[in-house]
Amino acid sequence: MLNFKLSKEHGLEKNAMRTVYCDTLIALANSNKNIVALDADLMSSMGMNAFKKTFPDRMFNCGVQEANMIGVAAGLSSIGKIPYAHTFGPFASRRCFDQIFLSCAYSKQNVRIIGSDPGITAAYNGGTHMPFEDLALMRTVPEMNIIVPSDSVMLEDIIRKTENLYGNFYIQLLRNNAVSIYEKGSKFTLGKANKIVEGKDITIIANGIMVSECLIAAEQLSKIGIHARILDMFCLKPIDKESILNAAQETGAIVTVENHNIINGLASAVSEVIVEECLVPMGKIGVRDQFGQVGSVEYLKEVYHLTPQDIVEEVIKTLKRKK
Amino acid sequence: MDKTEIQKIERFALEIRLETLKQITIRGFGHLGGAMSVVELLAVLYGKVMNIDSKNPKKRDRDFLVCSKGHAGPAIYSTLALKGYFSMAELMTLNQNGTNLPSHCDMNKTIGIDMTTGSLGQGVSTAMGIAVGNRLDGLNNYTYLIVGDGELNEGQCWEGFMFAAHQKLDNLICFLDYNKKQLDGYLEEICNPFDFEEKFKAFGFETQKVNGASIEEIFKAIENAKNKKGMPHVIILDTIKGQGIDFVVEDGGHHMRFSEKHFIQASEAIKHFENLLKTPVNGGN
Repeated sequence: MLNFKLSKEHGLEKNAMRTVYCDTLIALANSNKNIVALDADLMSSMGMNAFKKTFPDRMFNCGVQEANMIGVAAGLSSIGKIPYAHTFGPFASRRCFDQIFLSCAYSKQNVRIIGSDPGITAAYNGGTHMPFEDLALMRTVPEMNIIVPSDSVMLEDIIRKTENLYGNFYIQLLRNNAVSIYEKGSKFTLGKANKIVEGKDITIIANGIMVSECLIAAEQLSKIGIHARILDMFCLKPIDKESILNAAQETGAIVTVENHNIINGLASAVSEVIVEECLVPMGKIGVRDQFGQVGSVEYLKEVYHLTPQDIVEEVIKTLKRKK
Repeated sequence: MDKTEIQKIERFALEIRLETLKQITIRGFGHLGGAMSVVELLAVLYGKVMNIDSKNPKKRDRDFLVCSKGHAGPAIYSTLALKGYFSMAELMTLNQNGTNLPSHCDMNKTIGIDMTTGSLGQGVSTAMGIAVGNRLDGLNNYTYLIVGDGELNEGQCWEGFMFAAHQKLDNLICFLDYNKKQLDGYLEEICNPFDFEEKFKAFGFETQKVNGASIEEIFKAIENAKNKKGMPHVIILDTIKGQGIDFVVEDGGHHMRFSEKHFIQASEAIKHFENLLKTPVNGGN
C-alpha cells in the first residue's frame, strides 16, 4: 500500500526547503530535548536563525571549522544528543571525510549531516562549491545512510523519521524552493524507492531535483509511445534492491538520472545491483567526471546534459540495446 | 593529598606501567613510549580524581576521558583492568586477532573507553561535544582530554580549542603530553610548535605546566583548574617519551618493534617492577 500521492501540479513549492527544514527541526526540538543543531558559519544561509532564537543553547554555530563541527556532533551523539549538523555539501563531505568516517561512522554514532546546495544548485558559487562527489564519498562509508529528498514534503517526513532512527545520515538539501512532487501528508519509507509513474518499456531511476525533470521526460516519451516507469530513489543507501530488480525484470532496461558525478553515485549504485543479479541495458544521465562551474541552474542543466531532452534521448538510445 | 595517598597513587602508576609493558612485550611491538608518558596522569585520574564506576561504566554523570592520542590505548587498558572494568587476563589479548583491545582506543570494543580515537586531532572535537552536551544536561561532571604534542600539528585541534574557549567550557580539562617527540623525531625538527603555553593562553585557556611524572603536581594542577571558572583548562605535562623505563627512553621511538635485546631489557624491567611492587606501600620509608 502506498503512503504517498503525487501532487496535482508540479510547480515550484511555496516554501523554501530550508524553511521547511528549520520549522521541522523546531517542531522536533520542542518535544525532544536531545535535538541539537550545528552549523559552520552558514546558519543564516540555511535559515536557522529561528531555531537559534527558539533554542539558543541547542544551536552550536562552530564558525568556519567543519572538521571540528563534525567531531563536536559525534561527541554530542555519544552522550545521547541527536545532532543535525549543516554546511554546504562539499564542506559537509570531502572537507571532513575522515571525521565523518571515524568520529561518526566507525564510532557508531547517531549524527545527521546536512549537505546543502547539491550539484548544480550551487549555481553562482561555482566549481569550488559544487559537489558532484559528496554522495560518492558517503557511499564508501560503511553503514552510512544517504538521503536525497526530492521536495519539501519528503524532506519534512524524512527529518521527522530520523528523530527516532539510530545511525549516521547524510542528507542532501536544496536550500531553495523545490518543484513539488508529492502531495502534502505523503509518507516515505527509508530504503524503499517510490514508484511514481508506472510503465513497462523502461525504468528511469532518479532522485533529488532530477525527479521533476524525469516527469517531464516521461510525458514526452509517452507521446511517442514509450511508457517509462519512474522510481524516485531518494534513499541512495541502503538502496532498494528489490525495486531495481523488479524494474530490470519487468521493463528490461534502466536509465539512471542524477545531479552528481556518474562515478559512485546513483548510476554506480544501480549498476552494482543489476550486474550482480539481473543484467539489462542501462543508460546514465549525470555529470560525466567533470568539475562544476558558475552559472544559472538552467544553464548548468544544459552544460551537463541534465535536461528532459537529454533524458528522452538516453532512454531512446538505451531502448535500442534492449533485446 | 597526603604522603600515604601519594604513595598509593605512585604504586598504582607502577602497576599500570608494569601491565602495559607486559602487554606490549607479549606482542613485541607497540607504541610503548607514548603510552609510558601518560602513566602518572592515568594513575591520578583513575586512582583519585575521576567519578567513575567500573560496575556501571556508562553511568550518565560519570567523568569522561577522551584519549585523543589513541595510540596510548594499552596504558588505558591496563588502568581499566586494574580498576576492575574487565579481567587482567584480557590485557594479554592486546592486538590479537579478534581482540577487544586494539592498538587505538575503540569505544565499541573496550568497556570503559568513552570515545574512539586514532586519527589524530579528532578526540579534541569529540571531547568538546561531550563537555558541551554534559553542560547542556546540567551535569557537574568533567571531561578529561589527553592530547599528544605531535598531535597538535593537526589543525583540527586548534579548531576545537577555539570552540572550547568560545563556549567557556570550564568542565573540560585538557592534558598535553609534552614528551617532545613525534614519530619522525623531535617536535622542533619536524614542525616547530613554538611555545605551547603562550599558544594556549592566546587561545583562551587557563594554562598550567607541571612535571608529568609527579603525582602530586598533576593532582594539584587538576584541583587548581577546577577552581577557575569560565574558561577551559590545559595542563601541560612535562614528560619523557618512554617515561619510567630506561630502555624505552633510550630507544625514543614512536612505535617500537622489539629486538632480541629489547626482549631481555623488557623482561628485566618487568622483574624490577614486580620486585618493587612486593614492597608494602609504607614499607620503604
